[in-house]
Amino acid sequence: MNLHEYQAKQLFAEYGLPVSTGIAVDTADEAVAAAKKIGGNRWVCKVQVHAGGRGKAGGVKLADSLDEVRAFADKWVGQRLVTIQTTAEGQPVSKIYVENCTDIARELYLGAVIDRGSRRVVFMASTEGGVEIEKVAEETPEKILRAPIDPYVGPQPYQGRQLAFQLGLKGDQIKQFTNVFMGLAKLFHDLDCSLLEINPLVITTEGNVHCLDAKVNIDGNALFRQKKVAAMHDPSQEDEREAIAAKFNLNYVALDGNIGCMVNGAGLAMGTMDLVKLFGGMPANFLDVGGGATKQTVGEAFKIILSDSNVKAVLINIFGGIVSCATIADGIIGAVQEVGVKVPVVVRFEGNNAPAGRQKLKDSGLNIIPASSLKDAAEKAVAAAGGK
Amino acid sequence: MSILVNKDTKVICQGFTGSQGTLHSEQALAYGTKLVGGVTPGKGGTTHLGQPVFDTVADAVNATGATASVIYVPASVCKDSILEALDAGIKLIVCITEGIPTLDMLAVKARLDISDARLIGPNCPGVITPGECKIGIMPGDIHLPGKVGIVSRSGTLTYEAVKQTTDRGYGQSSCVGIGGDPIPGSHFIDILSLFQDDPKTEAIVMVGEIGGTAEEEAAAFIKASVTKPVVSYIAGVTAPPGKRMGHAGAIIAGGKGTAAEKFAALHAAGVRTVDSLAQIGDALAEVTGWK
Repeated sequence: MNLHEYQAKQLFAEYGLPVSTGIAVDTADEAVAAAKKIGGNRWVCKVQVHAGGRGKAGGVKLADSLDEVRAFADKWVGQRLVTIQTTAEGQPVSKIYVENCTDIARELYLGAVIDRGSRRVVFMASTEGGVEIEKVAEETPEKILRAPIDPYVGPQPYQGRQLAFQLGLKGDQIKQFTNVFMGLAKLFHDLDCSLLEINPLVITTEGNVHCLDAKVNIDGNALFRQKKVAAMHDPSQEDEREAIAAKFNLNYVALDGNIGCMVNGAGLAMGTMDLVKLFGGMPANFLDVGGGATKQTVGEAFKIILSDSNVKAVLINIFGGIVSCATIADGIIGAVQEVGVKVPVVVRFEGNNAPAGRQKLKDSGLNIIPASSLKDAAEKAVAAAGGK
Repeated sequence: MSILVNKDTKVICQGFTGSQGTLHSEQALAYGTKLVGGVTPGKGGTTHLGQPVFDTVADAVNATGATASVIYVPASVCKDSILEALDAGIKLIVCITEGIPTLDMLAVKARLDISDARLIGPNCPGVITPGECKIGIMPGDIHLPGKVGIVSRSGTLTYEAVKQTTDRGYGQSSCVGIGGDPIPGSHFIDILSLFQDDPKTEAIVMVGEIGGTAEEEAAAFIKASVTKPVVSYIAGVTAPPGKRMGHAGAIIAGGKGTAAEKFAALHAAGVRTVDSLAQIGDALAEVTGWK
């Protein structure tokens, strides 16, 4: 689960990390009031969306007057921001974050992720802050400094000092950086983060370490014990169909093609999409109905697939392990009768109760194309969607 | 021979009396698995499915001599259950549950790494040696005792590979689902090494998916240490970067972990790769010369 910058900075502040004074607002009037309250005569205004690349897309502005603050908020609230990390439609903007302005002497990078290879939380720091860190990692890997966290003893101050000296920090900055490192490591652990990033972490013209940006991702599997963070969830930043799917414990990801896919199991769902492509078609979505599929969830899955107007055919591929093909058949029949399906539907059943499922579909009298194998199913679906 | 489990393996079930534990324990018993009891705290001394229930894993191990445990408890308490099994001396822990917090798995994995126990999963279908022992949620009837070792990150993809080897009469020596999480208890390499040493396994099918570098590491291991023919399929050619494809581990992050990179690494290691899931059986016939 992603958090907005203003939410992440609120958490940072609670962990004693140096962040700017800022206020998140919903309207232009509130933006002006926020700027007045913060004081000074320069402010940074940032649109709050779950995507990077905001600055280049015009979503960040240095405002030199209250009029400029108002104009920025007027321009963006209710609009969508398109960045290199969003879809062509962009992300909706409902909040603007107004901050006091920081004078920057140096830009650094500090982040933490769960590294699958070493099975540790690993901190990464770099002198190359403020730019695309992936590029730095790719082109000049020696510029990424690393500090793995021991799962038994936790983060140690020496690791923070080591990074600070390697980054070329001086004097009190060493202590300040070490405090940021220790605070972030505690926050990562306490809040079940999957990613933390400060890009840039800056040295101000006064010589202080300061968190200018904040990105926090929370492990979705841990939300049951992270009630406070879970309450920060902003569904407006998610694809509408993906959000509906999640409500029914369905795993749905929208894609660009025209063959709707309904499959049980994440691996098989990917494998089915790959087969569709191999036979010259393009999948419209990833959809895993899961092992606990019921007649109702299959019906909902159908509705979600068909709500995508690009879908020209539906391919259902079920290898019944826990889930019975007969249950899936009931769900398909119910959904087709309820919502009406105008596009061809190809069904391949295998495993648990497959013959009974096939018979049910046949007896229903509905126009469903049965497939005898995986290959047959993919070929028929591609043909039904109008070929290559 | 087989790997990990056979007809003599004594298994207990943690979360025995819950709905999942009950359903799959019934099927395991029907399959012939030596399921010798289960654990549900507070229900010790009772009987469930004709088998004794214990309060703790330690009690169950002492009373039954079990060496393997299968875990069906909710994700929120899995860390506790895995560590309890570990401390009770269980040597093979199979965790079926999905949705375990990643930081919990980091802690568990650190403990596992300094023990002689093995964890399969979490978020996996389990382990089966056809005709002998079924630990997990896979449908038993699609399997056939035989000569192909199958290891996979995905449940239903394993079933596809199983079906193709059963349809051709090759059968399976053992099948292991290592799970779709970013921090699995066992990696491809661990299982490939067991298959290489197992006389009954004549060929290996490895089914991977996008995300992480486990397939690349497996490729290096195969090149160095596996002499048996290996057929491999990687799911997720069509998956876009940055989108999590159902499994927590299946995500292309920072341009790394793509199917193309994995196919290339495996191909370079001499593995027969197939770009269609439906060709696993054909490719096996080709590399082994089997009819």
